Amino acid sequence: MLIDPYIQQILISIGIGVILAQGLNIITGLTGQLSLGHAAFMSIGAFSGALLTIRTGLPLPLALLAGGVVPALAALAVGWPILRLSGDYLAICTLGFAEIVKVVFLNLELTNRAFGLTVPQPETTIPLPLLVLLAALGVTLFAQSVRSSRFGRALMAIRDDEIAAAAAGIDVASHKLQAFAVSAFLAGVGGCLYAHVLGYINPSDFGFLKSVDMLAMVVLGGLGSVPGALLGATILGAAPELLRFMATYRMLVYGAMLVALMVFRPNGLLGGINLVEFVMRRSGRPPRRTGGSP
Amino acid sequence: MLEVCGISVRYGAVRAVTDLSLSVAEGEIVALIGSNGAGKSTTLNAISGIVPLSGGSIRFAGEKLDGLPPHEVVRRGICQSPEGRRVFGSMSVAENLEMGGYTLAGKGAVREGMERAFALFPRLAERRSQLARTLSGGEQQMLAMARALISSPRLLLLDEPSMGLAPQLVEKVFETIVTINRQGTTILLVEQNAGMALEIAGRASVLETGSVVLSGPASDLARDPQVQRAYLGI
Repeated sequence: MLIDPYIQQILISIGIGVILAQGLNIITGLTGQLSLGHAAFMSIGAFSGALLTIRTGLPLPLALLAGGVVPALAALAVGWPILRLSGDYLAICTLGFAEIVKVVFLNLELTNRAFGLTVPQPETTIPLPLLVLLAALGVTLFAQSVRSSRFGRALMAIRDDEIAAAAAGIDVASHKLQAFAVSAFLAGVGGCLYAHVLGYINPSDFGFLKSVDMLAMVVLGGLGSVPGALLGATILGAAPELLRFMATYRMLVYGAMLVALMVFRPNGLLGGINLVEFVMRRSGRPPRRTGGSP
Repeated sequence: MLEVCGISVRYGAVRAVTDLSLSVAEGEIVALIGSNGAGKSTTLNAISGIVPLSGGSIRFAGEKLDGLPPHEVVRRGICQSPEGRRVFGSMSVAENLEMGGYTLAGKGAVREGMERAFALFPRLAERRSQLARTLSGGEQQMLAMARALISSPRLLLLDEPSMGLAPQLVEKVFETIVTINRQGTTILLVEQNAGMALEIAGRASVLETGSVVLSGPASDLARDPQVQRAYLGI
C-alpha cells in the first residue's frame, strides 16, 4: 500500500462511518423514527462476526453477512412491540436497549467480559482500507436504491404523515419494522467490519456517544438524504484529524463547527436538495420528472 | 353496503362515540353533520380501522371490518381522504398518487388510477412533479381526494373536504364530489359546512356528543327547524 498508514486509518474510519450513517438514515432519516441506540446493533454485529471468525475461521464475507443478520433479528424482536405505536417511543426504547446490550457484553463469558475480543486480521486479496471504502460505496448505492424504490417512498410517506399513509393503504407497522431491520443490518455490517479491521473490540466502544456520533453524521448531512449521509460521515470522520493542528482547541472548534452548521443549514448540508435535479438545472437541462408515473 | 352497528370509541376515559349506528347503500352520498367534537372524524377513523372500537361492529359488503388494520380496510374497497389535507409534503404530486395505489398490484393499475385522477383534477396533472407541500390549500385538498381515488374504492370516506377553503373552491370541491359519485363511487361525507353537504347528499345524520340524534333524507333535514337553527344558521 502506497498510502501513509495514518491516512489509511482515517479512510477506514470514514468508510465505516459512511456505512453506519447510511444504515441509521434509513430508519431515522427516511422513516422518521428516531433511534438513539444504534451502537447496540453495531456491537451485536461486531461481537457476533468476531466470535464466528475466532471460533470457526469463517471467511470475511460470511462473517459480515452474519454480522448483519444477527442484529437485524435483534431489531425485529425489539421493534415488534414498539413500532406498532406511533410517537417517539423508539428513541427511548433503543436508548434502554443499547445500555442492556452493553451491560450484557460486559458480563458475558462468551465475549470475554470487559476485556473485549482480539480479532485476527482477515486475509483478503485487496488491502483492507480499499475493502472498507468499497463496502461503504456498495452500502451507499444500496441505500440510494432503497430510497428511490416504491418501498422507500412508502417509508417517506410514513415520515410525512403516518395517518395519511395508513389511510392510503400502507401497512405502517410492518414497513417501520422492515426499515428498522434493514437499518440494524447495515449497522451490524459496519460493526463487524470495524471489529475485523481494528482487530480489537470492547463493549465500551459502543456506548451512547457512538449512537450520537452516527446521529450527528445523518443530521449534519441532511435527514433522509443518501448523499447527505455520505457527506456527513466523511466530514465528521475527517474533521477531528484535520483539526489536529489546533491541539487543545481541537474539540472546541469541532463543536463550534457543528453548532454553526445547524444554525446556517438547519436541514443539514444536503437536506431538501434533490441532487439529480440540482445538477441538471445547473447544467441548463430541464429537470427530469421524478417518481410515480412510469 | 356499509353497516355500522352500535359502535363506541374511547380515547382513554373519554367517550368520543357512543352506540352509533348508520348505514350506507350502494351509489348513495350520505352526509354526517355536526359541530366540532361531535365524533364525526372518529366515526370515519373507526370505519377505516385507524382507531379501535370499544364496542359494536362494522360490516362492509357482508364482511366484518372491525379489527382489521387500515391497509386491509383499503384492500376491501374503502378509502379515506383524511381531515386537514394530509398530503405527503416532501413528495411530488405523482408520488403522492402512487402511494394512494399502494395496495394495487402492478404498475398498470396505478397508471390507470392516475389517468383517472388527472382527468378529474386537470390542475394536478400540470403539477405532477411539484412537491406537495408547495401546492395551494385547494390543490392539496384535490390531491388528498385524488390519492384516495387511485385504488378505485367502492366507498369513499371524505373528512371535511371543504375545511379552510375559499368559497369558490368549496363550490368546486362539492361539484367534484358529485361527479365522483356519478361515476359510481359511494360516498360517506363528513362536513361542518352542513348547508352544502345537505344539498348534495341523499341522506344525512346529525351527530351530537358521539351519537346520532337525527337522521333521514337530506332534504327533510335541511327543512328541519332544529337543524336550521343549530347548523344552517337560519
